Amino acid sequence: MNSFYSKWLGGKHGAIELAILAAFIFVVMPLWLDIFRLNMVGKYLTYAFAAVGLVMVWGYGGILSLGQGVFFGIGGYCMAMFLKLEASDPVSTAHQTTPGIPDFMDWNQVTHLPLFWEPFHSLTFTLIAVVVAPLVMAYIIGAAMFKRRVGGVYFSIITQAIAAILTILVVGQQGMTGGINGITDLKTLHGWNINSDAAKYALYYVNGALLIGVIMLCKFVLSSKLGRLLLAMRDKEDRVRFSGYDVANFKIFTFCLGAVISAIGGAMFTLQVGFMSPSFVGIVPSIEMVIFAAIGGRMSLVGAVYGTLLVNYGKTVFSESFPSLWLFFMGAMFIVVVMFFPKGLSGLYDTYLKVWLGHLVTKFGKSGLPEKLNPIKTELQNGK
Amino acid sequence: MGGYSLSDLWSILVMQGFSGLSLFSVLLLMALGLAIIFGQMGVINMAHGEFMTIGAYTIYFFSKITEKYFPGLMPFYFVVAIIAAFSIAFLIGYLVEYVLIRHLYKRPLDTLLATWGLSLIMQQIFRSMFGAREVSATLPNWLMGSWKPTPDIDIPLNGLFVMAMSIVVTLVVVLFLYRSNWGLKVRATTQNRIMAGAVGINTRKIDRITFATGCGIAGIAGACFTTIASTGPTSGSLYIVDTFLVVVFGGSASLFGTVASAFTIAQAQSILTFFMTNAMGKVVTLLAIIIILMMRPEGLFTSKVRK
Repeated sequence: MNSFYSKWLGGKHGAIELAILAAFIFVVMPLWLDIFRLNMVGKYLTYAFAAVGLVMVWGYGGILSLGQGVFFGIGGYCMAMFLKLEASDPVSTAHQTTPGIPDFMDWNQVTHLPLFWEPFHSLTFTLIAVVVAPLVMAYIIGAAMFKRRVGGVYFSIITQAIAAILTILVVGQQGMTGGINGITDLKTLHGWNINSDAAKYALYYVNGALLIGVIMLCKFVLSSKLGRLLLAMRDKEDRVRFSGYDVANFKIFTFCLGAVISAIGGAMFTLQVGFMSPSFVGIVPSIEMVIFAAIGGRMSLVGAVYGTLLVNYGKTVFSESFPSLWLFFMGAMFIVVVMFFPKGLSGLYDTYLKVWLGHLVTKFGKSGLPEKLNPIKTELQNGK
Repeated sequence: MGGYSLSDLWSILVMQGFSGLSLFSVLLLMALGLAIIFGQMGVINMAHGEFMTIGAYTIYFFSKITEKYFPGLMPFYFVVAIIAAFSIAFLIGYLVEYVLIRHLYKRPLDTLLATWGLSLIMQQIFRSMFGAREVSATLPNWLMGSWKPTPDIDIPLNGLFVMAMSIVVTLVVVLFLYRSNWGLKVRATTQNRIMAGAVGINTRKIDRITFATGCGIAGIAGACFTTIASTGPTSGSLYIVDTFLVVVFGGSASLFGTVASAFTIAQAQSILTFFMTNAMGKVVTLLAIIIILMMRPEGLFTSKVRK
C-alpha cells in the first residue's frame, strides 16, 4: 500500500493534486454543466490524453513530437471504423447500391469492403488495434530515428511531415476513409446507443477514469528508475550513454507510451463526439496539442489537463464571440508561454501560489516547517 | 498509357518536367532562405512561409497601386515591387530576430513553437488587411503568354521568369557567401561559433543579418509565387512542410544539397502527380523522402560542421 501511495500517486502532494483533479472532473463539472457542455468538456479531456502523452515525450523525454495528432487519429479512426461498420448493417443500408458497406464507400462507387476494414467487425480486435496500431507505428518511427541518433528539430520536422502525409492520404482516399468529411453518423456500440444522454454521461465518466488512470501510470513510470534516467538523458544525454545505457531504447519506450496514450484519447474522442475526421490528425491539431501541454506546464502531468481545458475553453469563448481574435490570441499564447513562462501554469503555481500557501500555513502555525520547505523540495525533484 | 503516342509522351514529359521546374524554382527560393538560417543558427523558422506571403502581398499591393494611379508604368512596376518585397521581408525579419529569436537561441525547440505562434498572428494580420479570399496581382504583359517551341509543347512565360529569378537569386547568394566579407563571417560562424567569436566576429550581428536576409529571400520567393498562383493568407503555410523537407533532405549547411534536393523533390512530385492522383503523388514523394531520411539522417550532402 505504501509503495502504491508513493509510486502511483506521487506521494502526499501528488495524491492531493490527483484528488483535486478527480473531484473537478467527476463532481464539479457534472454538477455545474448541462449535458451539452459536459460532452464538450469530455471532448477536451480526450485532447488532454495527447497533452499528457506530450508531457512524457517532450517534457521528460526531451523529444518534441509534432505528430501527436497522428496517434490520436489512429486511435480515433480504429474506433470509428468499428462503429461505422456496426451502423452500416445490411438492413439500414438496404437503399444503397451495395448494402452492408459504409455509406461514403457507396457514394464513391466502392462495391466491396476494403480488406483492412474486415477485422474491424470485431470489438475485441478494435480495442486491441487502438493500442497496438499506434504502438507499432511509433516503434517503427522511433526505432528508425533514435537508433541513428536523430533528435531535436530533425525529429520534430519529420514527425510533422508524417502528420501531413497521413492527412493527405486520408483526404485523398475518399472511398476508403471518408475523405475530408471523415467517418460520420456513428450510432451504436454493441447495440448501445452512444448518442443518448445517459450514454454521454457514462462515456464522460469512463473517459475521466481512463485519464486519471493514465496519469497514475505515467507517475509510476516517472517514479521508477526509468523516470530518473529520462530526466538524466534530457539534461546530459551523452553522459547517460557513456554510463552504459542504451539511450535509444528509453526514447523509443517513451515515444511509444506517448503514442498509445494519445490513441486512447482518440478512441474516446470518437465515442463521445460521434465522428472522426482528418481535421484532428494533421499538422495544426498536432501542434495545438503541444501548446496544451506547454500552457499547463511541460513537466506537469496534471497541469497538462488544466492547460488543455483552459486553451479549449478560450477557443470556444473566442470563436463564439470574436472569431477573428482567436488566432491572434493563440499566436500570442505560443510566444508568451515560450518566452516568459517556459514552465507553464504549473511553474507559476510552484513559484508563486505554493510559496504563498506555504506562508499562509506557517502563519496559522499548523505544520510550519515541512510545508514551507515543499517548494524547495519540488524544485530539487524537478532537477533544478 | 495506351492512348498516347511516342511524341505525345515526349510532349507530356517536357511539359510535366517544366511544371516540375517551376515548382522547383519556388521551393528552391523558399528553401534557400531557410537553409541559410537553419544552417547557421540551428533555428527553425515556422513563420518562413508567412514571409513568403508578405512578398506576394507586396506585389499585389504594388500592382493595384500602379494600375490605379500610374497605368503607364505597368510594364516596369514589377522590378520595383520585387525589390520592395525583399526589403519589407528583410526589415520585418530583422525586427523579429531582435524581438523574439535572439532570446531563444539556446532553446531551438522553443523557437519552433514561438515562430509557429508568430505565423498564426501574421496569417490573421493578412486576413484582416487583405481579406480571407485569394487575390492575384495584375501581371505586366511581358509575363503573360507562352513560348511554343513545337506545336505540342507549350511553356508559360511566367514559369520561365520564376526559373530565371531562382537561378539569379541562387547565384547571388552563392556569390555573397563565398566571395564577400559578410559571407566569410557567416561561414565562420556556421562552422564554429565560439572560435568565430574569439577572433572578433560579432556573431550576434551576423545572426541578425543572416536571419533578415533569409526572410528577404522568402519575400522574393513570394514575389515569384504571385506570377504562377494566387495568394491567400495561408498560402505560405502550404509550402512550409515541403520546404523543411527540402532543407533537411539536402543536408543542412549545404547550399548545393538544397538545390539538389529541391530539384529531386519537385521533379518527383510533378511527374508522379501526372501518373497518379494529385494527393497520391505527393504522399509517395514525401514517404520516399522520409524513408531515405530514416536511412540517412544527415541528408544527401553534408558539410563539416563542428557542433
